[in-house]
Amino acid sequence: MNELRRYYDIIFVLTQKELRTRYKNLGLGYIWSLANPLAYSAVYYFVFKFVMKVKVDCFPLFLISALFPWQWFSNSVGVAWITYLGNAPLIKKVIFPRNLLPFVVSFQDMLHFLASVPIIFLFMAIYSKPFTWWLIPGIPLLSVIQFAYTYSLGLAISSVNLFFRDLEKLVGVFMTFLFYLTPIVYSSDMVPEAYRPYTVLNPVAPLMMSWRLLFFEGRMDPGLLGLSVVYGILFLVVSHLIYRKLVWRFAEVL
Amino acid sequence: MSTVIRFDSVSKHYPRYHHLSGGIKNFLFNLPKSIRGLREDRFKALEEISFSINSGESVAFVGRNGAGKSTTLGLIAQVLKPTTGQVTVSRRVSPLLELGGGFHPDLSGIENIQLNGVLMGLSRKQVKSRMEAIIDFAELGEFIDQPIRTYSSGMLSRLGFSVIANLDPEILLIDEVLAVGDASFQEKCLKKISEFKKSGVTIVLVSHSENDILRVCDRAIWIENHRLRMDGPAGDVMTGYRDSVSHP
Ligand SMILES: Nc1ncnc2c1ncn2[C@@H]1O[C@H](COP(=O)(O)OP(=O)(O)O)[C@@H](O)[C@H]1O
Ligand SMILES: [Mg+2]
Repeated sequence: MNELRRYYDIIFVLTQKELRTRYKNLGLGYIWSLANPLAYSAVYYFVFKFVMKVKVDCFPLFLISALFPWQWFSNSVGVAWITYLGNAPLIKKVIFPRNLLPFVVSFQDMLHFLASVPIIFLFMAIYSKPFTWWLIPGIPLLSVIQFAYTYSLGLAISSVNLFFRDLEKLVGVFMTFLFYLTPIVYSSDMVPEAYRPYTVLNPVAPLMMSWRLLFFEGRMDPGLLGLSVVYGILFLVVSHLIYRKLVWRFAEVL
Repeated sequence: MSTVIRFDSVSKHYPRYHHLSGGIKNFLFNLPKSIRGLREDRFKALEEISFSINSGESVAFVGRNGAGKSTTLGLIAQVLKPTTGQVTVSRRVSPLLELGGGFHPDLSGIENIQLNGVLMGLSRKQVKSRMEAIIDFAELGEFIDQPIRTYSSGMLSRLGFSVIANLDPEILLIDEVLAVGDASFQEKCLKKISEFKKSGVTIVLVSHSENDILRVCDRAIWIENHRLRMDGPAGDVMTGYRDSVSHP
């Protein structure tokens, strides 16, 4: 109990710190968390609807139903490299569970995403999509799974980045590939039949497909869901192995 | 008298991390060489150090710059792990107090106190109730609301020491922070340290001031060239150390 209380307190002050240092102004922070994915959506909408003339019904909703979750994912992974690097003074002097740092960062990114869900609802209403019961378990469930992804990747990336400071750039390149390999600006059935089975080898694909299914068709697919859970657990295990191997050297390299 | 800190032939070797500073690409392109570099090219910061410190003792570590004093304190604080040998610390240890402090530059003094108080083991409630005492002790005036980026090193050490002074440490680790404070604050810190000492706190101090050491510590350990050179009553060790510095 005491231990739990202590964890709670640490998470609380670290979250407070992140909020204070990342967004000097909370209101602006919130607006930013909406404006950023919306701006991307607008650009992709323009390119794919008007320039490339993709024929998809309700294209704006189609787009944001996967693009908003993707933005959460890519923001979280994209800034992960700085988590430990930016907290050098704490790590060098105080002992506390260091994995709480990426935990707090990812948790905040999740809250930002959840804050943007009403916009998706708005588009669902505009295109008269059904608000089914699936939304109630679906949003928390997929959020938790995605949190497992982002926390794990954040933990692994920020740990390894202390030793290889150029990891950040490689991650950036990798994320660009991943974006186009994941059914976000296109749907999985546009992928030629021969390649379609390979889509889900990309761990992010079943997750983004689940989000879209939930917001666009109001349902969930057990296969995709199960696959995301498996990937999530795999990420958690592997990232903790990496972290445990490196953590006691953090204070040496900083 | 129970032992609270115990070093059993402890060595600490640092890999030369510059083998990694070329990044992943260089590391992979020169894989065998890189791995050999990390394995074999190591810097020996501490060699075969053994000592034990009893509960309530106050011990100073002395030695030239780079001798391995901060490394020793890092091992006691358990932010570092020994390469070989064993470090046993059986009490709650305060955070390492050293120049720069465990602080975040963009946060104000107060915000840093909130963050550090909790990370150093207090609950949020305790931090709140001690906040006033901490601010009073620091005597930073209106700067307590400014980001600590704007602090001088003396002001940082004031803030750092004030937080520590209001924890309930069982072991107090102090690495060269007193030197940068002004005379009146140094005096205040030494008084506080003496109070801690009276109430039975174990004190480990790194300092270059013979006066401070003789005033606070009963025992001193002299580290030279990464090895333990002398361990005994503070007066004797300081005499030996002083002689070796003036007639090398
Ligand atoms: N993280 C590190 N990586 C590599 N070498 C280090 C590291 N920390 C300290 N050293 C080296 O170990 C030696 C002992 O350092 P330190 O314990 O800080 O000395 P002191 O506090 O006695 O001045 C120094 O030569 C220093 O260069
Ligand atoms: Mg030092």
